[in-house]
Amino acid sequence: MSVSNPEAPAGVTSQPRFAPVAELGAAALVLVVAGGIYMASYAPRRPPLTVPICLAAASGVLLAVNVVMLMRTRELAWDKFFLVGRWTLLSYVIAAGLIEFAFVRDHTRGGPLVVLTAMLVLFAVNVPLIISFTVARFQSARSDAT
Amino acid sequence: MSDTRVDSLPAGFEAGAGLGTAGPPRPVIQIVPLKGLPIVAVVIGFLAASIGFNWEWGLDFNHVAGGGLWTGIDLFVGLVVGPILGRLSIPARAEFSAKFMPKMVLVMPTLVAMTLASGFQLALNLGNLKASNPNHAWLMVSFIVVGVMAVIALGILEPANIAVLFEMRKPRPDGEVIGRLMKRFIYTAGITGLMQIATLVIMTRVASR
Repeated sequence: MSVSNPEAPAGVTSQPRFAPVAELGAAALVLVVAGGIYMASYAPRRPPLTVPICLAAASGVLLAVNVVMLMRTRELAWDKFFLVGRWTLLSYVIAAGLIEFAFVRDHTRGGPLVVLTAMLVLFAVNVPLIISFTVARFQSARSDAT
Repeated sequence: MSDTRVDSLPAGFEAGAGLGTAGPPRPVIQIVPLKGLPIVAVVIGFLAASIGFNWEWGLDFNHVAGGGLWTGIDLFVGLVVGPILGRLSIPARAEFSAKFMPKMVLVMPTLVAMTLASGFQLALNLGNLKASNPNHAWLMVSFIVVGVMAVIALGILEPANIAVLFEMRKPRPDGEVIGRLMKRFIYTAGITGLMQIATLVIMTRVASR
């Protein structure tokens, strides 16, 4: 993963080429958001769960692929990745907890609550992953960085 | 940040932004302004209490104040501040961004949380989410609009914002990197502006029925 990027525009400092972690993360986020909108559109009725389960599962697969690709990445600034990752994870766990609280407060129970919780977990992991990867990839190219 | 032309930031960042011996001292950038965290905690606590106790005024306040500020700031920054910023000198642009962007790291997520969480609760309480309600279709469109904005904000803009701040903290920020990241704001400003105007139309429509 340390190949210089041939797609870099002329004059731009050559950077290592990274796997499309941020792009896949955004795609996983789109699936979770779509599932959330689908479920919310049925409120206060009980939503059919097939579509949201499929969307959450697809999002989970993308997240898993992302984690595997990330583990194979060598030239990432891992210190920055974990520094940003732990704080953003904390903030998004709080945000997801707040959303979960609102749904529990509104008597969401059983299957819908399980699917919703799974989606919130995916959301709370995905966004910090995208943010910390974006920071770390741009910190990795130059060793004079910090 | 609609047309800030930040693609021309790079050279200036290295040559003219005080990085060498001649320029003015560079501001110290705190990525998350810690002094703002207690205020965020109070706002989020107020939001949680409003939802928990189904406090009508609290829900109205969070939704109207949060939504108004969110839409207003988004449009104001995109249509007014962005173009002005694009015409400033590069050191002035860098200094403005160094002070402006950390605040946005706290302000925007807080406003979004206030607006969306209280809005959903209000819609439930008012019966607007029921399929038989005439506002149901409008709210579904609003969910989609918010979904698009959420993906742009969380998947594209917030990572870029934080990555820019990290780059600007370096002893020698790479202007090329900052320029490339800031282009995301330019590319998405049109979509975000359109979505915010759609939100204004939908919400005023819902409120008047």
